[in-house]
Amino acid sequence: MLRMFKFLKPYWISVLAVIALLFVQAMSELSLPNYMSDIVNVGIQQGGVENAVPQAVRTSQMEKLTMFMTGEERQLVLGAYTLVDQSSPDYSRLVKRYPLLESEAVYVLNDLTAEQIDTLNPVIGKALLIVSTIDNLAANPEKATAMAGQFGFDLSKLPPGTDAFSLLKSLPAEQFAAMKSAIDQKFASIDNSMITQSAAAAVRAEYVAVGGSEASLQTAYVLRIGGIMLLFTLLIAVCVILISLLSSRIAAGVARDMRREVFTKVESFSKTEFEGFSTASLITRSTNDITQIQGMIVMSLRMVFFAPMMGIGAIIRAVQNSPSMTWIIGLGVVVLLSLIVTVFSIALPKFQRVQKLIDRLNLVTRENLSGLMVIRAFNTQKFELERFDKANQDLTGNMLFIGRVMVTVSPLMTFIMSGLQLLIIWVGGHLVANSVIQVGDMMAFLQYAMHVVFSFLMISLMFIILPRAFVSLRRVSEVLEVEPAIKDPEHPKTFDERLRGQVEFRNVSFRYPGAEENVLCNISFTARPGETTAIIGSTGSGKSTVVNLIPRFFDVTEGSVLVDGRDVREVSQSDLRDRIGYIPQRGMLFSGTVESNLRYADENATPEELQKAVEIAQASEFIAGMEGGMSAPISQGGTNVSGGQKQRLAIARALVKKPPIYIFDDALSALDFKTDAALRRALKKETENSTMIIVTQRVSTIRNAEQIIVIDEGQIVGKGTHNELMDTCETYREMVSSQLSREELIS
Amino acid sequence: MTHAGSSQFQPRSSSPIQPPARPGGGPMGGPPGMLRGGEKAHDFKGTMSKLLRYLAPYKWSFVIVVIFAVAATIFTIVGPKILGKATTKLFEGVMAQISGTGSGFDFVGIGNILLLVGGLYIVSAGFSLIQGWILNNVSMKVTYGFRKEISEKINRLPLRYFDSTNQGEVLSRVTNDVDTVSQTLNQSMTQIISSVITMLGVLVMMLSISWIMTLITLIILPLSTIFIRFIVKRSQKYFKQQQDYLGHVNGHVEEMFSGHIVMKAFNGEKRSVEEFNKLNNTLYGSAWKSQFLSGLMMPVMNFIGNLGYVASAILGGWLAFRGMITVGDIQAFIQYIRSFTQPITQIANISNTLQQTAAAAERVFEFLQEEEELPETPNPLLPTTVSGHVEFRHVRFGYLPEKTIIKDFSADIQPGQKIAIVGPTGAGKTTMVKLLMRFYDIQGGAILLDGHDIREFTREGLRDKFGMVLQDAWLYNASIMENIRYGNLNASDEDVIRAAKTANVDHFIRTLPDGYNMILDEETSNISQGQKQLLTIARAVLSDPKILILDEATSSVDTRTEVLIQKAMDSLMHNRTSFIIAHRLSTIRNADRILVMNNGDIVEQGSHEELLAKGGFYANLYNSQFEEADLY
Repeated sequence: MLRMFKFLKPYWISVLAVIALLFVQAMSELSLPNYMSDIVNVGIQQGGVENAVPQAVRTSQMEKLTMFMTGEERQLVLGAYTLVDQSSPDYSRLVKRYPLLESEAVYVLNDLTAEQIDTLNPVIGKALLIVSTIDNLAANPEKATAMAGQFGFDLSKLPPGTDAFSLLKSLPAEQFAAMKSAIDQKFASIDNSMITQSAAAAVRAEYVAVGGSEASLQTAYVLRIGGIMLLFTLLIAVCVILISLLSSRIAAGVARDMRREVFTKVESFSKTEFEGFSTASLITRSTNDITQIQGMIVMSLRMVFFAPMMGIGAIIRAVQNSPSMTWIIGLGVVVLLSLIVTVFSIALPKFQRVQKLIDRLNLVTRENLSGLMVIRAFNTQKFELERFDKANQDLTGNMLFIGRVMVTVSPLMTFIMSGLQLLIIWVGGHLVANSVIQVGDMMAFLQYAMHVVFSFLMISLMFIILPRAFVSLRRVSEVLEVEPAIKDPEHPKTFDERLRGQVEFRNVSFRYPGAEENVLCNISFTARPGETTAIIGSTGSGKSTVVNLIPRFFDVTEGSVLVDGRDVREVSQSDLRDRIGYIPQRGMLFSGTVESNLRYADENATPEELQKAVEIAQASEFIAGMEGGMSAPISQGGTNVSGGQKQRLAIARALVKKPPIYIFDDALSALDFKTDAALRRALKKETENSTMIIVTQRVSTIRNAEQIIVIDEGQIVGKGTHNELMDTCETYREMVSSQLSREELIS
Repeated sequence: MTHAGSSQFQPRSSSPIQPPARPGGGPMGGPPGMLRGGEKAHDFKGTMSKLLRYLAPYKWSFVIVVIFAVAATIFTIVGPKILGKATTKLFEGVMAQISGTGSGFDFVGIGNILLLVGGLYIVSAGFSLIQGWILNNVSMKVTYGFRKEISEKINRLPLRYFDSTNQGEVLSRVTNDVDTVSQTLNQSMTQIISSVITMLGVLVMMLSISWIMTLITLIILPLSTIFIRFIVKRSQKYFKQQQDYLGHVNGHVEEMFSGHIVMKAFNGEKRSVEEFNKLNNTLYGSAWKSQFLSGLMMPVMNFIGNLGYVASAILGGWLAFRGMITVGDIQAFIQYIRSFTQPITQIANISNTLQQTAAAAERVFEFLQEEEELPETPNPLLPTTVSGHVEFRHVRFGYLPEKTIIKDFSADIQPGQKIAIVGPTGAGKTTMVKLLMRFYDIQGGAILLDGHDIREFTREGLRDKFGMVLQDAWLYNASIMENIRYGNLNASDEDVIRAAKTANVDHFIRTLPDGYNMILDEETSNISQGQKQLLTIARAVLSDPKILILDEATSSVDTRTEVLIQKAMDSLMHNRTSFIIAHRLSTIRNADRILVMNNGDIVEQGSHEELLAKGGFYANLYNSQFEEADLY
């Protein structure tokens, strides 16, 4: 399994880049909620006023404000502002912003750092609040009475028209100090953002008072924060696009590499390894499984890193934000996880059955289709309908259950999330009331809590999805881990050119890897050029295995197979196979044309050579009848030609190669007697000097062979000509008598 | 205040648990459904109205579903707005605390709001639950019904239909196409409803707040549409390319693996790998491009959405300054914008989903409307027993009406006679079988059983008189006992065992792991082709027919089994009229009559001696196997 990581190795830079980008994305995503709430809170609600420090203050107002400050504070505030009048160097610039400058001097805020603003904020905010409250009260005397107790001073008792501030100024120092301390006490429990929020109106009023435009203040703020927000979304978009680009390339690249390796590996397999898997399974492993893995890579690149990053990031922020509510997140996660666990423990068995039930339905349908004639012949349509119905019902029932689980879980989950929000607002509300946190904090917490819960959801889903993908991974690595048993020797020898096609078996035994018994036992014979050697035996006797040893589809377990005096294991496989024309049991064609199939044996064959091969193979007639003749299309697996035609083309293909050795692996049985006979007659003339090895069960095919080898249960039980064997070999006699009737034997 | 409830608006589709992937779906899995596309129904309107008619019995269910889905969606839209009031109250409390006026925090009020919203959410969840439950039931019923109808249809279609249609196609209708329709009903429908309602509801809410702001927001729509169009068009191209090349790669893999031995024998390894690499590299290019393009959708749509968010905040501020809108309304508006952009992508999917569904439904309906077998005769003969006298009277037949292959065939076969059908490979020997058992109807003349035209019987009644053993031994996935019983479903276990004994297969069955209870499946490897054929003989024995049709084994059966099969067939043929597709000379010579076929037509008939004397096609065929002897 670990070796799978080697496929990611060429892409490590990209993978690291993806992780880095994911980090940037996660951080941006997490900061986005703040900006969004800023737009609403500050931009809309506070009219764009971010803090309680006005950009410009009238001199009269500044005088009022400083009244409620300590000496220290007063110094701090006055230091932060510059009194600008018509003589000031910045006048021409500032007058545009604050038209009031034309008539009087104005305090304009210096360029300050964020920390400096933070220090000023409570000081000015407090003063602004007091001043605006007094202004307010002065305007509404009836309210003032109500608040008299709090201020220790009843403004309503002022005679109308009296300026409250000049009155306050004239108060005795102790009384004023007492009043101030009462106010300070009041403010002690209120935090900065609350002061800002409350003072926002006063700040805005001051801004208007100095001649500024309220709307432009707001627009400027929204534009600024909106700009930042858009920058972040743009950053996120760029990140996601880059991540998408990189991860698509990584996944497609890994899939491509994996596919190539698997394919190349399988192509190098000998028959032994190949048969260890079924063909269908090998196909699935090199196609579907890898596609699955590709999907998994994309998903894990995006989710495996992102979900924990978001989760942890959100937890950190949430805890920083309001540690006292962390337990709600914990609760949410626990509730959701237990829901998921419960649902999956209920639904998982049903999920696992889905594929089986679909397969079952497909199986029954396939059987219905392939058995059309039998079903109708036996009048079992009704029985088949019931069988189908059973499969259909099982599948439907199962899907119904899964569907119900799904439609139940989905609203439940939404509800849990919503409930969590309500809980946060309720608990948070109380915390706000006790001044532990602020409303803004609660809102932010809400967002973070959702992020955390979603991350956990993602992570738990990954635990469900990833194991399935690992199955594919394992299946692919199983193929890659197989070492082909048949390899070329390090120093391959070449063939002795004097001997053209002699095949010799020397005490050959063979057993399949892991099998208990030998398939072949002590086989010895020699097939000579110019002769036909026939190997006959019943199904399962091992006769095909014998000829599979010659082109090294398998390696012998004991003894040796020699071609032209060389052990087949001493020469290169390609050298060896160049000398052999092999015709398999089932005519196997590739998609293309008739010609491309013939040329598979020899790309440089002349048209005459092709024509000749076709004639010998008794295929010229039907090829001529096909539309396009030699260039007629052949579909995959040769499904558009009949079995006999396929077989003849396979024979023609081998003939094009003109090898010294021909192997007919039970290749003639699909032909009718007549074609079989004609073919052999033509073949005999053409291949006079070649070694012919014919595997068959049909006695008539090989009656005239120079040498007949009778195999039974993996052993040679007879060797000789037809007539010799009729005298000496009981097995052969049995075989002959079952196939030819007595009269023919005599004739 | 703020966007307390923005995550409420997660449309149902983004529910974290996705149902199991549809089987046979796009192999790449990655890109969302919309990008698959490329599939269109020929007659979208017609198919859709057919589908609607098909769904008519469930119309009340659908009405309830729509109402509940609408209600659930509306509640989710309204929820955040009410929830906003709770935050407002909280805020007022804070303000009161600061200014010292008022009564402080109104927790009773806040609690009431929370309870109200909680109640709304419960009702909404309840509605979506009921709605989902009903829809699930309906779609499962429809799926089940479709499948059932298809399976019934298979049994009513004439064999002719399957000559030109491959099994995979029919199979794909049963599973993939039906599944596509069911998925649309089950999921896409809720999605479509909730997306449309969300969009409409939000639109209404936005309009009620400010039409100017809504107008500005609506600029997002064409912007998104243009973008979605662009992406879909580009990615569809690559997606199709990817599918094509995936097909090529898979095809090459399949071909090379199934021809592994040939590839090896002809040293084709290098060529094969080269070809593979070429295809694989092209696949890589289109694979990452299509994946990448489909990944673009989300971030860009997000960006466009945020653009709208900021734009309406600015505009809202400006309007608020003019006193044309309140601050609270802007807040609500901004929240709605967030939920307005989300369903757009989904709605963009709708037409694709519907197209796919229509294409799938069309294939299903097409299949269901295929021409069926000719109806049975209204007053059929129902003889309990027949003698087995068969007569062919000037029979004319062609698989395609315009291409007659059997031109004028007559033969009179007495009860108990053995008829051998011979001819070279591909001569059409099974045609006779198909005509006799009325798998195909002849185009001229008549086939008579006991003097009655076979069309006067019901198909069932006719086929009841026949027993059939074909070379391609069809068995199904069940125990051996059940497979033999297939010949007569009412037979007892004892009958089955007796039939197995007659077919000389009892001993063999008893050597198998579970004996008669052994389940036969595709992986069953310890039963050879010949042994399977013995089982089919036993099956025919059990059906005890009057007329037999046998296909003799040729190759791939070992000698000993062949002897057994021969014996079994001989005892089966005893006293029955038999048609034997013959390969063995002894059968042919012992036949009462030989029908010689070539190129689909019956070219000669007569006994072995007659035909040899004639010196025609048969004589030629017969002698060919001895010709070799003459050469030497």
